[in-house]
Amino acid sequence: MSPAAALIEARGVHAWYGSSHVLHGVDLALARGETVGLLGRNGMGKSTLIRTLLGHVRERDGRIAIAGRDMSKARPHEVARAGVAYVPEGRGIFPNLSVRENLLMAARPSRDGGRDWTFERVIGTFPRLGQRLGHFGAQLSGGEQQMLSIGRALLTNPDAIILDEATEGLAPLIVQEIWRVIAAIRAAGIAAMVVDRDYRRVAAEADRVVVLQKGRVVLEGPARTAEQHAQLATYLGV
Amino acid sequence: MDLATFLVQCLNALQYGLLLFLVASGLTLIFGIMGVINLAHGSFYMIGAYMAFALAPFVAQAVGGGFFATLLVGLVLAVALGYVLEWGFFSFLYEREHLQQVLMTYGLILVFEELRSILVGDDVHGVQPPAWLAGSVPLGDLMTYPVYRLFVSAVCIALAAGMYFVLTRTRLGMMIRAGATNREMVQSLGIDIQFLYRVVFAAGVALAVFAGMIAAPISSVYPGMGNQVLIVCFVVVVIGGIGSVRGALFAALLIGLVDTFGKVVFPQAAGVLVYVMMALILLWKPDGLFRAG
Ligand SMILES: Nc1ncnc2c1ncn2[C@@H]1O[C@H](COP(=O)(O)OP(=O)(O)O)[C@@H](O)[C@H]1O
Ligand SMILES: [Mg+2]
Repeated sequence: MSPAAALIEARGVHAWYGSSHVLHGVDLALARGETVGLLGRNGMGKSTLIRTLLGHVRERDGRIAIAGRDMSKARPHEVARAGVAYVPEGRGIFPNLSVRENLLMAARPSRDGGRDWTFERVIGTFPRLGQRLGHFGAQLSGGEQQMLSIGRALLTNPDAIILDEATEGLAPLIVQEIWRVIAAIRAAGIAAMVVDRDYRRVAAEADRVVVLQKGRVVLEGPARTAEQHAQLATYLGV
Repeated sequence: MDLATFLVQCLNALQYGLLLFLVASGLTLIFGIMGVINLAHGSFYMIGAYMAFALAPFVAQAVGGGFFATLLVGLVLAVALGYVLEWGFFSFLYEREHLQQVLMTYGLILVFEELRSILVGDDVHGVQPPAWLAGSVPLGDLMTYPVYRLFVSAVCIALAAGMYFVLTRTRLGMMIRAGATNREMVQSLGIDIQFLYRVVFAAGVALAVFAGMIAAPISSVYPGMGNQVLIVCFVVVVIGGIGSVRGALFAALLIGLVDTFGKVVFPQAAGVLVYVMMALILLWKPDGLFRAG
């Protein structure tokens, strides 16, 4: 497989929560090293799409491939082991584990054995975490939890990181810091899929945007072009 | 109560509390991490005790016998039993309501008791401790204390220390503790949660079976012994805080003390003391002493 080929490729993905049909045939691709912004109003299915790609939504249909391998029926840990890390909505910190444990619990080399992201490097990236290694996850501020969640994802040395509303509910200064880290992730060659409300910022950081409307992709393309699309404001509710 | 009697009672309380901890620690982990109320957990204790009795002749025939060889064979069988039960029954219970869990695990109690009745009968049996542990040590001028009980306490302490080490110092322990709070995230970090659950369940079964086996020479082996221990274990879990192994250790030792000294000091009320204590503790701390730690 060539390095330029899609890392994550979804074709005709459907998802259901019980009887409610949430995704209606979504096509989506994320190339190696690429940053894609996933946009759309509240409740349009962004988190569901992510959780479906990751294997958390079991009632699903369609084809999902990761690094060329079929993962349509894969379980979440297999998706993670295939090199896709997750920074979930709400951060997903383990409140009863210390910062150090949260970071080291699942640390591992990348699929090709590389260890670009070490504990030291993550602490270097997030010095605030370094001062709180013994604290429990529950004792951290929202911003610190978000950094911990990203740091924990980086320590699995992934090929891609999916960030769902990573700046949600954080103070402006912390939001700036999170965006700096997202830029650093991009610079490090890790592919990223970013969900965020601040579409201007997403457009500035992403190579491409994908806009979801009621579980369907309604707009897709380079960030610059998408910004000129007449319907964009409607799709995003801004 | 003179000093020697007091010492004997303390040692009894310790030994009873520690044994209770072995059974209850698995129960609290399975409850706290997988969210399953396992009424059949006491049956594993019963199965262990009956294995100590019934396996001994077979082990004697196969490898020349010995209490420890029997223990080892029993442990292997226990892990296998836990693994198969998790695969065949309990893995279907995680997402279910407590009522369904209670019904199925109650059904398992009946199955285990019936199987026990068919395979080994309904008689009460004694089990001999190994010869080198059969003696007593003097305590003061008048009292002696059975070496075997000291041995049981020592083994339980070693196991508790091992559990503490695994849970607090190893990645497996981190994963187990994390699994209690956020399953989805554990999986998305690349951890096979099904496997993790199977390991925890098998370990819980093995601990209860082991407790039953080493308890057999002390308590003798009788039908229904599992149900008796189950009730006390639930008291341990509730007092200690669901999912907390540290809480289970604390609560089990507390119950050991209250029960043992209760029988000496208030023999008329001994049966209810433990439950009165549970009620008082829950009034003070409704979530138990150590909630999920
Ligand atoms: N766990 C769930 N169970 C049932 N419905 C859900 C669940 N999660 C989300 N939904 C519904 O699915 C739709 C898409 O939600 P979501 O993917 O969270 O949207 P977004 O992330 O774009 O805000 C919404 O209508 C939401 O109410
Ligand atoms: Mg969302």
